[in-house]
Amino acid sequence: MQGSTSLTLQNSVSTDQALPVGTSRRKRPPVSEWLLFLLFIAPNFILFGVFSYWPMIQTAYLSGVRWDMISPTKRWVGLDNYRYLWNDDTFRQVLVNSFWFAIGAVGGSLVLGLAIALLLNQKLRFRDFARAAVFMPTLLSGAAIGIVWVYIFDPRYGILAGFLKVLSVNSPSWLGDPTWALPAVIIVYIWKNVGLATVIFLAGLQGIPRDLYEAATVDGAGRLSKFRNVTLPMLSPIMFFVVVTSILSSFQAFDIINVMTRGGPVDATNILVYYIYQQGFVAFNAGRAGAASMVLFVIMLAITLIQLRFSERKVHYG
Amino acid sequence: MASVQYHHPNRNRSKVDPVRILSYLAMAVVVVLIMVPVFWMLSGSLKTNQEILTFPPQWLPRNPQWHNYSDAWNAAPFGRFYLNTIITTAAGTTLELTNAALTAYALAFLRFPAKNLVFILLLAALMIPEQVTIIPNYLTISDILGQNWINTYQGIVLPGASVAVGTFLFRQAFMSLPREVIDAARVDGANHLQLLWQIVLPMAKPVLVTFGLISLVAKWNDYLWPLIVTNQDRMRTLSVGISYLYNPESTVRWGPLMAGTFFVIAPLIVIYLWAQKHIIEGITSGATKS
Repeated sequence: MQGSTSLTLQNSVSTDQALPVGTSRRKRPPVSEWLLFLLFIAPNFILFGVFSYWPMIQTAYLSGVRWDMISPTKRWVGLDNYRYLWNDDTFRQVLVNSFWFAIGAVGGSLVLGLAIALLLNQKLRFRDFARAAVFMPTLLSGAAIGIVWVYIFDPRYGILAGFLKVLSVNSPSWLGDPTWALPAVIIVYIWKNVGLATVIFLAGLQGIPRDLYEAATVDGAGRLSKFRNVTLPMLSPIMFFVVVTSILSSFQAFDIINVMTRGGPVDATNILVYYIYQQGFVAFNAGRAGAASMVLFVIMLAITLIQLRFSERKVHYG
Repeated sequence: MASVQYHHPNRNRSKVDPVRILSYLAMAVVVVLIMVPVFWMLSGSLKTNQEILTFPPQWLPRNPQWHNYSDAWNAAPFGRFYLNTIITTAAGTTLELTNAALTAYALAFLRFPAKNLVFILLLAALMIPEQVTIIPNYLTISDILGQNWINTYQGIVLPGASVAVGTFLFRQAFMSLPREVIDAARVDGANHLQLLWQIVLPMAKPVLVTFGLISLVAKWNDYLWPLIVTNQDRMRTLSVGISYLYNPESTVRWGPLMAGTFFVIAPLIVIYLWAQKHIIEGITSGATKS
């Protein structure tokens, strides 16, 4: 749902043009209109205050205390929780896992999504059906679908093992094997999310003006050359959007991992959100969970700011 | 794989184009890969335990075990899970839509001196991910105004009831509505709530429907927060309930378990079949309008 961060710059630019309803004369707006404005935005912003802004500050505070979430006193320990994370092998592995999970999940959805979009952008029969099918997993509960995939991955009777058998390959014990567990959850994540990239790319492809391709044809360009010189450059803003939003949502992945592996085996699939959950609600270590939350927040904020910066440049020079 | 389609109305029609054949093949492969897990779930939900444990796996059950569905239904309070999910989804979606519409209306049509500050606050809200605030929110919900909201509907719904993305989408839609209609209604003496309810929302219905559906899907599948804020079976939603039904430490009875996962995803598949176009449109609009 980070979808609209890129809309916001244009929005704030045009704020001043929002003329009031029904006033032709330029007068200072009456105080009653200000009050009405505040009244209208109040429910939304009270909830933001209670469940977003204030908790964010609390998270920052918690990252500096030692607390088991039960005892009445919190002990201030400064940067100790961050120092602990910095020196902790598990947390290092969590960061590495999160990185590879993001690379695998985003790379996979991007490449496959683009390939499928190019495929379905042709005038083929049944392509609407194919598009609908590819998009469907996006809407399904990650918790439910995770369970189905555990059954698929089972090395003794799963359908994947059966398929590998046909190819005379022995199935690894996917979710029980530290080497294969992360690739396995990445596969599930890609399966579930590739449809999102596909439909966004399809919308982008349909927005490329026809005459560009016609001009390229006149110049004698082949299919590959058209792809490289017309499709890719015209699609690059959307690609950027897909990359950024997929990175952000991959960092938020939780349901699939909690159901399929609970971060294991031996932390092989433990990624940031899972680590926060584990520290907070399994180990009851509010301080470490808070510090890990701050790490996640800073990473996601950095990515979002890069996106805003880039979209801004696009608005100005594009 | 083939690239974009170029129109040559008179060419390539009579001849068989190898690229086209490859494209159809590729399309078939993609659809099969996407559909196999769903098929595997459905076929597993009708198998006996014996059939599930055979290798190589069988595609179809010999004797469909329909009782797996009633077994699943009795293994956990699925009726209650449905009720909880419907209540939290309906309330959550309604509140999101209301908040988005009210805030967007204020931003689009009402004058206020510090509107830019409001925009900055909305952006800030957009940048605070839910996962980062779960611990303080859990503490808040377990002691809010002297009450414990763990295992309550308001505890599940309220933290996710405010909305930034939807507000931006709605505002954009409201700003593009024909000004004259709104002005005319204003001259006729309509107040702002009437304007919003009778003029603006009906005209902005497409964005209302698309965002409503997206919000509905997200609430239905929401997992992390309902998991944290409930610890009794009777308050669990479908997603959380099904994840407790699967226990890797004991012998898993896959047949009823697959039937259970079907209970979770079936309603969304029905909604998708019915409103596919709106959902896809809503999801893509954020990307392509930027």
